[in-house]
Amino acid sequence: MIDNSRRGKLLAVAAVAALALGAAACGSDDTGTGAAAGGGSSAAAGPVTVTLQTFGGGKNFGYKEAVDKWNAEHKDIQIKYDNLTDQFEQVYWPQMIQWLQSGAGAGDVVGIDEGGMGLAKAHPEWWADLGEFGLQNRKADFAAWKWENGVTADGKLFGLGTDVGGMSLCYRRDLFEKAGLPADRDEVSKLWPTWDDFIQVAHKFQDKIKDTKFVDGTNTLYNVVLVQEAAKNGNVSYFDKDNNLIVDKNPAVKTAYDFAQKISQEGLTAKLRNFTPEWNTGMKKSQFATLGCPSWMLGAVSGDGGAGPDFKGKWDVAAVPGGGGNWGGSWLAVPKQSKHPKEAAQVLDYLTGKDAEVSVFNYAGNMPSNIQAQQDPAVQGAKNEYFNDAPVGDIFAKSAAALQPVFLGVKHAQVKNAIESVVSAIDDGSVPYANGWKKLVDDAVKAAG
Amino acid sequence: MSLHVDAGHPTRAPMPPSRRHVRPRPGRSFMTWLDLKAAPYLLVSPYYLLFLVFGLFPLAFTLYYSFFDYDLTGTVEWTGLGNFTALLDDAAFWRAVVNTLAMFVIATVPQILLALLLANALNKRFKLQLFVRLGVLLPLVTSVVAVAVVFTQLYGRDWGVVNWVLGWFGADPIDWKAERLPSWLAIATMIDWRWTGYNAIIFLAGMQTIPKDLYEAASIDGASRRRQFWQITVPMLRPTMIFVVLNSTIGGLTLFSEPTTFYNGNVHGGTNSQFQTVSMFIFEQGFREFDYGYASAAAWLLFLLILIGSAINFLLIRRIGGNK
Repeated sequence: MIDNSRRGKLLAVAAVAALALGAAACGSDDTGTGAAAGGGSSAAAGPVTVTLQTFGGGKNFGYKEAVDKWNAEHKDIQIKYDNLTDQFEQVYWPQMIQWLQSGAGAGDVVGIDEGGMGLAKAHPEWWADLGEFGLQNRKADFAAWKWENGVTADGKLFGLGTDVGGMSLCYRRDLFEKAGLPADRDEVSKLWPTWDDFIQVAHKFQDKIKDTKFVDGTNTLYNVVLVQEAAKNGNVSYFDKDNNLIVDKNPAVKTAYDFAQKISQEGLTAKLRNFTPEWNTGMKKSQFATLGCPSWMLGAVSGDGGAGPDFKGKWDVAAVPGGGGNWGGSWLAVPKQSKHPKEAAQVLDYLTGKDAEVSVFNYAGNMPSNIQAQQDPAVQGAKNEYFNDAPVGDIFAKSAAALQPVFLGVKHAQVKNAIESVVSAIDDGSVPYANGWKKLVDDAVKAAG
Repeated sequence: MSLHVDAGHPTRAPMPPSRRHVRPRPGRSFMTWLDLKAAPYLLVSPYYLLFLVFGLFPLAFTLYYSFFDYDLTGTVEWTGLGNFTALLDDAAFWRAVVNTLAMFVIATVPQILLALLLANALNKRFKLQLFVRLGVLLPLVTSVVAVAVVFTQLYGRDWGVVNWVLGWFGADPIDWKAERLPSWLAIATMIDWRWTGYNAIIFLAGMQTIPKDLYEAASIDGASRRRQFWQITVPMLRPTMIFVVLNSTIGGLTLFSEPTTFYNGNVHGGTNSQFQTVSMFIFEQGFREFDYGYASAAAWLLFLLILIGSAINFLLIRRIGGNK
């Protein structure tokens, strides 16, 4: 009777979760006419619901205010904003690939992280052609690399850029003061022109403050150093431009790994893996004093899931050791399976446009990839109240302008996922330092195969 | 509502009346056929149809694709037994097998002993009997996610209650998610918290079918309560025991939810697969790496593992009680 009850339970949980996600994703069917499936115009009787699916921690894509504004002004097209998870490689992207491949389940407008763009470009059949809806004229709004990453090999425009990461270093100014270090952001920037200087400051800090480590864990700064080094090594990281795996050959990967191992071995990490519940708690309990901060990380810190309102004014933003760099940044695309591609393209056009991107920047801190938005005085002169009024507009606009895009291969997301597990495993001690590099290469080869 | 199960008392019902002979009349023969011959099959068919669609078909489908190199975003190529030989050579797969077996043993052995003792206690007369008996089932109706959230907090490295208590005795904090044995223990307690009460109720139902006169006779012969438990209750429970153990074997070897939620929904099972089970390995290969053929082959190996595990446990349990 209750045979296999546990497995039944598990299947039930999975089925309910799948149904819930599916139902959320299919929200657009409820109100549409259904006649517009071919991509033509829909003489909608009621309002069309366009489902926007994103990922990310804290304030994620930061579209909350922009979506509210659109929904108040457009009675005929309503946006349903659905942030599915905070994990891109582990949860969001595999699920999205299944939806795209099976032809059902994806939203009308979906977010894609830079790590997924290689695969997305290789599958033009997944995407609606944004050129059909007149979005070719947006070309001047973006830097050449950001635009070209949204075009498939056969020339179809399928995605427009949302944000760019840029790079900075967030730090706890109150703890720096307590440790007898300068707390002013310009002076802090001067403390660490190089990563070696950074490690020295870390030791000085930890000599004074016993309960707080200097760095969260290995994984965040590993990624920061990786993008900096990639820019010095032909702008490639895990794959060369022919999609061959070069993890073992690219000096950028080894340098970044060695740095991660060093900060772990010298006891400078709180041994917390980024984007886990423990890491979020770590921010609330002041377990670490600095954090590698691309622009979108500001929202992850200030959001309720991260450090939250109690730490307002205690964080600040300084220059990152070793110069600039770019980590992350996303695109929006319209899946071919969308029942309302025309309305979806309109929404995508709005969300990547100047006004919405400025609103995102003010709300969450994500640096727009839209050049007009970058140059807008509201962005250029912006100060982030949470980060002690740091002039984030100035800091990230500068790094966005000088940005060197790194090539990411078709299987980048899978390889990145495998590598980050190893980078975190040397920190929690489950993989000995001596075996770390070999395991990293082996697991990367397996994930790419 | 009391938990009386009468399986042990086959009531001697009178012989059912022999089936009447219905002489088919023209025109009514179809209805008669439907009534007598087809109806029983129609009545049981929903189960078999569902089993066909959700049981047999996936089984065959999985077997078929286990012979292919099937990449969701790429190609489908015949590889014969290639997936199986690769699996037997894959250290990650064997690591998952060891994790699964270890967690199964750590969780199930104390769970069944505890359930047995709990059932024995519940089998006595006491006040508020019904509430207490229902109470042991409460953990079962809480959601797995809620259980995982609470246990993940309890077993936190820096702020968890368990490490705090251990600290009183001078123990260093344990990183429950990074070290292999501690992670198994943590997950085993999660499983036991949830399933001990369920098994206890099944045992209780089994105990109530044991005739009271056996105990009376034993008391008159001067057997202690303890002796009665081991010499009467346990041997008489053998059929129930077989059900409980087989059920736990299947559940334990397909373990997925608890270890997955223990690591924030990540099926890698820790940074170094410290507690990745075979089910999680299958999920990771199939739905994270999109290697469907490889995942299908692993699923069939898990099936074999369950068959072997069930057979061993069945043979072991048949021997308890010492007779035969």
